Amino acid sequence: MITREKFQAISPADFFYRNREIAGFDNPVRATYTIIRELVENALDACELYSIPPDVRVRLVSEGDSIYRIRVEDNGVGVPYEHLPSAFAQVLFGSKYTIRQSRGIFGLGGKMAILYGQITTHSPVKVISSTGGFEKYFFELMINIQENKPIIRKREILPNYTKWRGTIVEFRFEGDYARAKPKIIEYLKQTAIIVPYATLTFIDPDGVLYRFERSTTEMPPPPKEVKPHPHGVDVETVERMIQATRSTTLLDFLANSFHRVGYAIAKKFLKKYGFPLNKDPKNLSSKEIVELVNALKKFDDFLPPDPTSLSPIGAALLRQGIEKEFKPEFVAAVQRKASSYSGHPFIVEAAIAYGGGIPQPTPGEILVFRFANKIPLLYDLHSDVTMKVIRKIKWTRYRIDLNTMPIAFFVHVCATKIPYKTVGKEYIADQPEVEYEIEWALKSCARQLRNYLSKKEKTMIMQKKIDIYGKYLPLIAQFSAELAEAPNKVDLERVIRRVIPIHAPQPRSSSADKAS
Amino acid sequence: MHHSRDPVVLTKLRELGQEIYNQLLSGDFPKISIPSRSTNNIKFDNELRQFVLGDQRITRSAANIKQIRSFTQLMWVAYFASKLVKEGKSSTLRDLYYHSLNYGVKFRGQKESDDTVTDLESILEVPREAFNIFPKERSAIFGDLTIEYTTPEEYKGRRVNLASNPDGVMIGLSVAHAEFIETSADKVFAIEKNAVFRRFIEERVHKKYNAILVDTAGQAPRLARLLLRRLNKELGLPIYIITDADCWGMHIAMVIISGSANAAHLHELTTPDAKWLGLWATDIKRYNLPSFPLTKLDELRLQALEQDPRYRDFFWQKEIQEFKRARRRAELEAFSAHGLAAIVEKYLPKKLKEVQEAA
Repeated sequence: MITREKFQAISPADFFYRNREIAGFDNPVRATYTIIRELVENALDACELYSIPPDVRVRLVSEGDSIYRIRVEDNGVGVPYEHLPSAFAQVLFGSKYTIRQSRGIFGLGGKMAILYGQITTHSPVKVISSTGGFEKYFFELMINIQENKPIIRKREILPNYTKWRGTIVEFRFEGDYARAKPKIIEYLKQTAIIVPYATLTFIDPDGVLYRFERSTTEMPPPPKEVKPHPHGVDVETVERMIQATRSTTLLDFLANSFHRVGYAIAKKFLKKYGFPLNKDPKNLSSKEIVELVNALKKFDDFLPPDPTSLSPIGAALLRQGIEKEFKPEFVAAVQRKASSYSGHPFIVEAAIAYGGGIPQPTPGEILVFRFANKIPLLYDLHSDVTMKVIRKIKWTRYRIDLNTMPIAFFVHVCATKIPYKTVGKEYIADQPEVEYEIEWALKSCARQLRNYLSKKEKTMIMQKKIDIYGKYLPLIAQFSAELAEAPNKVDLERVIRRVIPIHAPQPRSSSADKAS
Repeated sequence: MHHSRDPVVLTKLRELGQEIYNQLLSGDFPKISIPSRSTNNIKFDNELRQFVLGDQRITRSAANIKQIRSFTQLMWVAYFASKLVKEGKSSTLRDLYYHSLNYGVKFRGQKESDDTVTDLESILEVPREAFNIFPKERSAIFGDLTIEYTTPEEYKGRRVNLASNPDGVMIGLSVAHAEFIETSADKVFAIEKNAVFRRFIEERVHKKYNAILVDTAGQAPRLARLLLRRLNKELGLPIYIITDADCWGMHIAMVIISGSANAAHLHELTTPDAKWLGLWATDIKRYNLPSFPLTKLDELRLQALEQDPRYRDFFWQKEIQEFKRARRRAELEAFSAHGLAAIVEKYLPKKLKEVQEAA
């Protein structure tokens, strides 16, 4: 007998429902952490892309039987009335479908959280949002999983007397806060480091308030949207771009639709690989599109992608965040210049903090904080490229001993596409270009720390010297004056100044330089 | 030799103080130049027949963290010395070490304070006795010699005959610096051991041999060496040194004759014309003396002395070779095996004759 395979299309919502473990919802503990993380990230994105210093409030309430109610409020830009149902109840719908740095790419995580809440408690999500006008909107939504469509259960338009702007999301889910708590607190603390201009508030089910105050309102410029770089496209992307373009020749198409491609380069490229300049891109066959994409990847003369699509926080803000959360004795922070891998621009920022609030190392452990597009990475440290680099660097050259010195490493990778090794998005692959940048960022921090430590040592030696001079010179003056039968009128300060400058150099408390 | 209130020493101390004080006053870290006493700067002077320091000097600077402590100690010792000289008081090395504790100047031990005193000696080019710091007195003198004290003040002019005390008279500052008035003696016996010194007095050696007896009590202290030199130079008395037959006894004689390397910065403590009467290595066999085998330490010491420029002469080398060959040593008391008076009645006259004839 021949059995017939059953073919059927499934909706994205259905797909994620069936594969929820890949998005971090495989158990109640992980789900609790992931829900808070996804909602906080959406809230931060809603503020940052419009240069609003974020103020994010999270409240988690236990309703018994492992059911929790989560409520996240931000002061972001708000969601327009007409987009709101889809934005919260349709998977793969969102404003993040462009090429610029943001925390999520496809607007997936937040909706996965809502979807998870719906399937574990069968209750709707409530959303209030306003763009700061005269009205605010209230929606009660559920997701039609099979069709990936929002079901609007309730909607209201309310007067907005206070001109409040932002979004509040609230829903129920099945979770386990007690066991997720350490990761959640760690996540918020590390977020406070990498987003020092945000104020984060969290009230947990036990009624404990965690508040991470912003230390500045200075924000990095928001990333700009850019066209795809020719090294970073695939066949699917190019097909979509061809459908969307209004160009009627291949030359126009290349020059208008790609990042950092002008007419001169486009012409050179097309001639080199034998594509007719005037061919209408819409007439390219599938085979020709594949050839075009392969040629685009091979051609070395394209300018590297520029970093305007990225939003690194900068050495100064990174340092500020670290100082705020750790109060270390010294921080060296650097930002590397932009680089790229496979057509994706990226920037590495790194810092090394020493002493003060940085704890003494426990044997075999290294304190490493990793961030990707301002998201703390809390899992799989030992598989991460940063760890590989830390193991590779000969720290003794920088007079650093990881076994005895209170040291913490911070690495922030900003990219339009982070080279995660797995779909879990918890650690970064050892992409050679990224590895190289991390290595040099950490090395230049280490150099600064070495300078600081040797200056500090010099100052200590100097202080010791002053103490010794202060102890013996008066005696020498006294005895020699008595021997000489002269009154002791020696100005010892003046003598000591011969070898020690009046203002002995103080060790720098911090340093933030741009490394290039 | 200087006296206890020597104005020359006071001037030298004042000049040292001024040199340091003026450097401080002009805002500089003070420096001081000290003759180097390291072994490569100690040379044997054939004319003086003693060790002297070469021209090398070391600079000690208060700016140097490693030197400022010893610099301060040196200044304190100089200050302490000037106080002693001004007040006409005396002190010992040990006393000085304890005094330092009152001034916030810490020495890590007496060796350090002793070395600092030696530094001051080298800088001022005077022995520590000149600034009234003396070693523990343990040497003694006996015999018909009338002396007149010059120090301390209240004893000035007083006379004493050194045969008046049958235990001998301790050689201290006052005896060492006293004026020699009168003696019937025509030679001096310097004896390593108190037991033999006493035996000599009991056996009336001073009378029988017309001799002054000196007990060096081991390695002769500076004041004893000073006194021996004066007896030799001022009264023209020959000095005969009597020690055990071993390398240590031999070296006691050598230090009286040619001085020690430790005091290479000081002159006028040696008696180049003094003679080692015995016991020689060759005496052990000649007089059939009970003897002992050499120890490891003895042999090492012999090797060192063999290379020492003071022992270059044929006579000394011959003795060293004999010790090395026989590998035996003997003590002065060994003569007792031949009867109580054997050393005085048999040995002394024979050896005296030999040595006098050789000279």
